[in-house]
Formats: sequence, structure tokens, C-alpha cells
Amino acid sequence: MSSRSTIGGRRRGRVLPGFGLSLGITLSYLSIIVLAPIAALVWKAGDAGLVELWAGISSPRALDTYRLTLGTALAATAFNAVVGFLLAWVLVRYQFPGRRLLDAVVDLPFALPTAVAGIALSAIFAPTGWAGALLEPHGIKVAYAPAGIAVAMAFTSIPFVIRSLQPVLEDLEPEVEEAAFSLGAGDLAVFRRVLVPALLPAFLSGCALAFSRALGEFGAIIFIAGNIPGETEVTTLLTFIRLEEFDYPGAAGLSVAMLAMSFSLLFLVNAIEYWRQRREDRS
Amino acid sequence: MSRATRTRVGGGPLVTLGLVGLALAISLLLFGAPLVMVLGRALAMGWDVYAEKISDPFTLHAIRLTVITSLVVVPINIGFGLAAAWAITRHQFPGKRLLTTLIELPVSISPIVAGVAYLFLYGTLGLLGPFLSDQGWRLMFSVPAIWLASLFVTSPYVARELITLMQSQGADEEEAAVSLGAGGWTTFVRVTLPKIKWALFYGAVLCNARVMGEFGAVSIVSGKIRGVTETLPLHIEVLFNDYNTAGAFAAASILALLALVTLFLKSIAEWRLSRERG
Repeated sequence: MSSRSTIGGRRRGRVLPGFGLSLGITLSYLSIIVLAPIAALVWKAGDAGLVELWAGISSPRALDTYRLTLGTALAATAFNAVVGFLLAWVLVRYQFPGRRLLDAVVDLPFALPTAVAGIALSAIFAPTGWAGALLEPHGIKVAYAPAGIAVAMAFTSIPFVIRSLQPVLEDLEPEVEEAAFSLGAGDLAVFRRVLVPALLPAFLSGCALAFSRALGEFGAIIFIAGNIPGETEVTTLLTFIRLEEFDYPGAAGLSVAMLAMSFSLLFLVNAIEYWRQRREDRS
Repeated sequence: MSRATRTRVGGGPLVTLGLVGLALAISLLLFGAPLVMVLGRALAMGWDVYAEKISDPFTLHAIRLTVITSLVVVPINIGFGLAAAWAITRHQFPGKRLLTTLIELPVSISPIVAGVAYLFLYGTLGLLGPFLSDQGWRLMFSVPAIWLASLFVTSPYVARELITLMQSQGADEEEAAVSLGAGGWTTFVRVTLPKIKWALFYGAVLCNARVMGEFGAVSIVSGKIRGVTETLPLHIEVLFNDYNTAGAFAAASILALLALVTLFLKSIAEWRLSRERG
């Protein structure tokens, strides 16, 4: 009897101390640093009046920036999906000299300040730069064109795809592939039937995170974009310009639109994660 | 015949060589070119010009402000990360998933939106603006505003690393220590901290890199006052727009070196982490 009660006590009685303090610090900090400013943003946006807010969100210049930002972010994410997959695959699957160095270097976009990336990319793709001098004679304009925006977005967000895929690739059981091969399946069939289903959730959430980062990017883009309204002006830049013009309802409208987009993508990532966990629980 | 030896997708020698070669070539262009460009341009006119550009008073001030900002922001986010990880991974309570999502939230929000949000809270026309100016305080366009915006942008970095690691470690050792009569603080310092020090270091290194490089949020809340609220990334923009390319790349080279040091320290932390995991 006595041993049973200690087992019961072990479950309930031995709770670690510091719960109130640590949760208190966490909640206060989040409230002050993260939630209060976001609440203020939504509040001031409502204060501006729905009509003015909508005018800021739906002005022709704003619509142009959405089209450009979404289009370039999609292009950047498509590039990152392919190249990010390749890099993650190579890093996990093969042994080769320089693998450790490559593993460190793929995080460069997270370690390199966006302004530095921005001026470097703009120098590379300027008509006189290394890549610009090769591409411009063939009529391919990157710097001061939408392509440049996509390049800046792709550079700053590619680690999201790589780092999401890497742990899942490492956890794949070699036996599953072996079994499929022993049943006579070819490389492509095993890839499609065995690997793709296992990797898909992590791949999708990595792409969603990269896409989200691309939509919100500012520092790397403004140096290479050229920033011409209606042509190479992204939403973050227009928001910044609205602030400088003291057009607060305009800035609030654009910020709320971007915030809504962020929340939708965050919801999507969480839904993918939930789906993955449910599938894992079932198998 | 070859099928019998094949055990993994893409394991053939030709495929291996092709994919590894392709990955290395792309990486060299994607990651190598920007680094070489920055360092090359910074030193293009020789060390003397470089030294002169770096020792420009505004550049020196920007460096100092960026370092001070990091010294303020990183320790605070270490404290927050430790508290959040202790609450989430060592206790059961309702709403835990929501709290974890809230901690991650700033990662998905554009720094520009963060800057606008701070302006609408503390700016003269913001929610707390009238109250603050009654007290004679002006928070926006000041150095503390830079610290606040940086705290927002980097708050998930330490917390996320610690939560992931401490979740996988479990609370058994802490519970054993407490059951043997150790106090909560002693348990934390003697049992938990040694187990998580490399994850803490890892998070702090990433946090530091982001603080020193933050551009969007800081460019809104700082007001970009030259020699007062101009951090190093903002200073790079000013120099670049003034057609002072040599100065801009000299300043950028400092941050590029910071990035290299960050990658190096991060690799050390990752190596120690994987060794401890066994």
C-alpha cells in the first residue's frame, strides 16, 4: 500500500518549482514586447475609420505592390523549393569533402544582415557587375527589375526550406527504401511512393515559412529593386513610404493587410504540423 | 544485377557525383559570390582607404551603437528564453500550444509591420504617445526605441532553441534533484543549465546576428538620425545612397565578418550539441 501511494505522489506531488515566476515573466514579456504593439496597430487601424483604411489597402498603387510582391515571392519560393531540396538532400545523403563547410554556409542568409546582402546582390547584378555584365547583353535585366526582387527574396529565405527538410531526411529509415528496392521498384518509383509522402509535410511548411519571409522582406530588396512605383515597389517599401508621408491610415492599412497574410501563413504551417503529427500517431 | 546492391534512392556513383557537384556549384554562386563581393569591394582601394573609411566618426558611432544594442538585447532575450522554456517544458498547463505559437509569432511578422506597430504604440500619434509626452518622454526616434524593436524581432531566437532541447531532455533529472531536497534555483543552476548551455549559446549567437543586422524595424523606429540613432545597417544604406560605395562596402565588411564568426560559433555549438546527444 505504502509503495503505491509514493508512486501516486511521484506523479502529482513532485512538481518542479518556479512555475508562477517563469510563466509570469513569459506572459508579461510577450504582452509588453509582442502583443501590445500588435494590438496598438490593430487599434489604430480601426481608429482610422474603415473607409480610409480600405482606401489605403485597395489603392491602385497598393494593388500594384501586392501583385509584384506575391509574384516575386512565389518565384523565389519555387526556386527555393527546388534548390533548397537539392541542398538538404545532398547534405544528408552523401559524404563528400567540404560537407561540413557547406552545412555551415547554407545558413549564411540568416547570419548576414539583409542590408549587406542587398548591396552585395545589387553590385553583382548591376549592369557592370559580374552577373549583370553576363546577363544584360542577352536582354536579361535583374537589378532594378522584378527579377532582382525575386533574387533578394530567394537569398534571404532559402535556409527555411533546407532546415525544415534536413531533420526529416535524417530520420528516414533506410530499411523502408531497401524493402522497396528488394520488391523491384526503381529509383523514381521509390522516390515518389516512399520518400515524397514522408518528406511532404516538412517540405511544405519550410516553403510556407520561406514564402512568408519573402513577403515581409525589406532590407535586401530596396537596394536591388530600383523602387519605381507600379513597377518595382514592394508592399513593405510602400508601407515605409506612407509613414514618411505621414499617411498613417495608409500605413496602417498596408500593415494590417500584411499582418493578415502572416497570420494565414502561420495558420497554414500549424495545420501542416498538426496533420503530420496526426499521421505519425496513426502509424 | 545492380539492383541487388542498390539500397538507397540516388545512391549510384553518377547520380552522387552529379548532385553533389550541382549543389556545390550553386552554393558557391549563391553564398560565395555575395561574401566575396562585399570583402572585395571593401578592400578594392587598398588597406589605407579601408582603414580611413572604417575610422569615419559616423561609422565608428554606428558600430558602437550596434554593439551596445546587442549588449542590451541579447541578455534580455536570454532571460526571456530561459523563463519561457522552463515554464513550457517543465510544467503542464492549459494553453501551452497557443503560448508556443505566440512565442514564434515574430518570426512570421515582417519587420516593417513590427516597426509600424511600435510607432502606433509609442509614437506621438500612437496609443501611449499623449501619455508619454505628458511625462516629457519621447520614446520613438531614440536609442531605446531601437532596443524595443530589436527585442520584438529577436525574441523567439533563444526561447525556440531552449524549448526544443528541453522538451526532448525531459524533466526527470530536475525532478530527482528536487526530490533529494535541492531548491528550485539550485536545481536550475546545477542541473538544468549545464545540460542546456550549448543550446543557449547557439540561440544567443543567432539572436546577436539578427540584432546587429536588423534593418526594417529599426529603420522605422530610429528615425535614422545621423550620429545618434544610426545603427551600422542603417549607416550602410546612407553611405550607399550617397554614392559612397567604398564606405558602404567597408561598413558592410564588418557585418560580413560578423556573419562568418556567427557561422563558425554556430557550427561549434551544433557540434557540441550533437556530441552531447550521443
